Amino acid sequence: MSVTAIHVEGLGKRYEIGATRERYFSLRDRVSRAAASPFRWVAGALREQRNSEETSEIWALRDVSFDVAPGEVVGIIGPNGAGKSTLLKIISRITEPTEGSAEFRGRVGSLLEVGTGFHPELTGRENVFLNGAILGMGRAEIARKFDEIVEFSGVERFLDTPVKRYSSGMTVRLAFAVAAHLEPEILVVDEVLSVGAAAFQKKCMGKMEGITGEGRTVLFVSHNMAAIRRLCPRVLLLEQGRIALDAEPEVAISRYLDRNLGQGAVVTSDKFEGELQGVIRREDPTIRLREVGLMDGSGVARNTFNSDEAIQVFVGYDCLTAVDDLRVVVYLVDEEDQPIIVTQNVDDPSQDDFARTHPGAYVSRCTIPPNLMGGKRFYITVHLIHPKVEHLILNKVLGVEVSFQGYNGRHEGWSSAFLRPELQWATRKLSVDKKG
Amino acid sequence: MTERDVYVVRPSKGLAGSFRLGDIWQYRELLYFLTWRDIKVRYKQTVLGALWAIIQPFFTMIVFTVFFGKLAKIPSDGIPYPIFAFCALLPWQLFSFSLTQSSNSLVAERNLITKVYFPRLIVPIASVIAGLVDFAIAFVVLLAMMVYYDIAPTTKIFVLPILIAFAVLTALAVGIWLSALNVKYRDVRYTIPFLTQFWLFASPVAYSSSLLPENWRWVYGINPMAGVIEGFRWAMLDRELALSGMVGISVLIVIALFLGGLYYFRSVERVFADII
Repeated sequence: MSVTAIHVEGLGKRYEIGATRERYFSLRDRVSRAAASPFRWVAGALREQRNSEETSEIWALRDVSFDVAPGEVVGIIGPNGAGKSTLLKIISRITEPTEGSAEFRGRVGSLLEVGTGFHPELTGRENVFLNGAILGMGRAEIARKFDEIVEFSGVERFLDTPVKRYSSGMTVRLAFAVAAHLEPEILVVDEVLSVGAAAFQKKCMGKMEGITGEGRTVLFVSHNMAAIRRLCPRVLLLEQGRIALDAEPEVAISRYLDRNLGQGAVVTSDKFEGELQGVIRREDPTIRLREVGLMDGSGVARNTFNSDEAIQVFVGYDCLTAVDDLRVVVYLVDEEDQPIIVTQNVDDPSQDDFARTHPGAYVSRCTIPPNLMGGKRFYITVHLIHPKVEHLILNKVLGVEVSFQGYNGRHEGWSSAFLRPELQWATRKLSVDKKG
Repeated sequence: MTERDVYVVRPSKGLAGSFRLGDIWQYRELLYFLTWRDIKVRYKQTVLGALWAIIQPFFTMIVFTVFFGKLAKIPSDGIPYPIFAFCALLPWQLFSFSLTQSSNSLVAERNLITKVYFPRLIVPIASVIAGLVDFAIAFVVLLAMMVYYDIAPTTKIFVLPILIAFAVLTALAVGIWLSALNVKYRDVRYTIPFLTQFWLFASPVAYSSSLLPENWRWVYGINPMAGVIEGFRWAMLDRELALSGMVGISVLIVIALFLGGLYYFRSVERVFADII
């Protein structure tokens, strides 16, 4: 077909680093400076304006061009900070590009988050209407789909209960149910399948497959390679704000996974800031993830290990207030996000006050003992939890490659096993030798 | 697929001479739902509920009556002081509430703004409209007081909608300025209580504008709420207008503020999601 559903040309977005770090300015400084010496202040303010335009800018996205045919389903993958979110934000009209253009034919519905605008004081029923309207559905449309939405969510009994009394799982189910009934011609989706319990995720996946099978044009961003493989016949790989590859899923995914390993053994918050998920307080945050890294027993940062070496995972974070019952959780997951190992920090009960973490900077380290892992590729996912307040999630922030060494040179093969621990074995002979 | 369904995203150059008000019409259902939510949520989990809409002006009236009416003996042009004050407090509270809510509205909707597209102007508009509900509730009290003081409404009451609309427009004009500024400078949040307090004393709520010398009264027009408040007393309590030339100035000022606000809002709107 000659007509494209989406035509993106030379799209770019520039951020000023100073402006993003200093989120808003205090008039106080400016006013007090102005009062002290008005003329110098005016000159200074003008100069500052000019300087900020010149200094420290980064292109989150640059020279991105692609076309999507009507009915095509395109996956977008890429390492943290590659510009996936920025691209979706531009396409969803949330932020403007600095250069280039994107043209759409058809009503665009975008889903960057599940449950945007849910109000805790309103009932489930009311939130369905509110959230539907926020996502761009009309009142009549929501009313028509209402029963279907409710049925999909499975929260019929609590429809007239305020959402603040819902469990987080129920809220997510209701929110996803509304989103899943959005019927635009072009759908833009960001990583929304990673919510909820496994059973519900499966249901969502089924719904997504239904949507993509209906001839809808879909742009789908995910870290979940299994989902990408299932849903998208075409994948764009973004790296450092540019399209590195536009290919079949297998090709793009394997290049992405290789790259993920190469990106180093330590990542810091400036790299993963945009990738944080979970319950995050933008104002008055209580905890902040600073870095996540891997190193060997002698403290050298790396991400390829032999199976007979210990692997240390460290998580650096700041507590901005006193935090009760802080939990640091490290997951080792496979490529498709299935957890292999889950481990959590252990408090030291001999300390007074052990359940409270005082404000300050911390590093928690956990050691994966030698002779445990199989010869596979793993990913580290980190959760930092301030119970009932914040829950930061960093999915697959690092990759680890383990090559299996075997014990005493034996047991090669079995390359599909994730865990090949050296366990205690005992062998004794049961039958008494007749000859004796 | 209609022509309207084709759209292009590109960096906007200047303002392109348009306030894109058609956008807002297209999103009218969202405007409706946001307003509805603001109204619904306002008095949830309060014991007194919508009574709060009455309590605030009512007790302010009592305080004013005791201190300004009885102790300071501020003349109220022959009208019983309590109703003289209450009739002014109604439009005043509509204005100050709408102004406060709309100024804080964008920052309060940070979550929406960074995740969903819609014309951002809807947010301050919704919070201004939501203020009308409190006004309607308190208005019933005014009617009751008129019965008590045996003041019969005249046909002038039909001018009331215009006055209300003008008060709302004034609140919106200032509100869109402050809400947009608030995105960049959070200082605005702290300025608002001060601003509304100052504005209250600069408005003829506790006193009558007839206190001002006749040939200086036009200066009062700089404060658009002065005309609205005196207009209310004129319409409801059947007293003379002490306006002389105020109205024209007020209308001009509000239109200028409103258009300027729209222009400013539209020009900074595109970076809201990046800096909020």
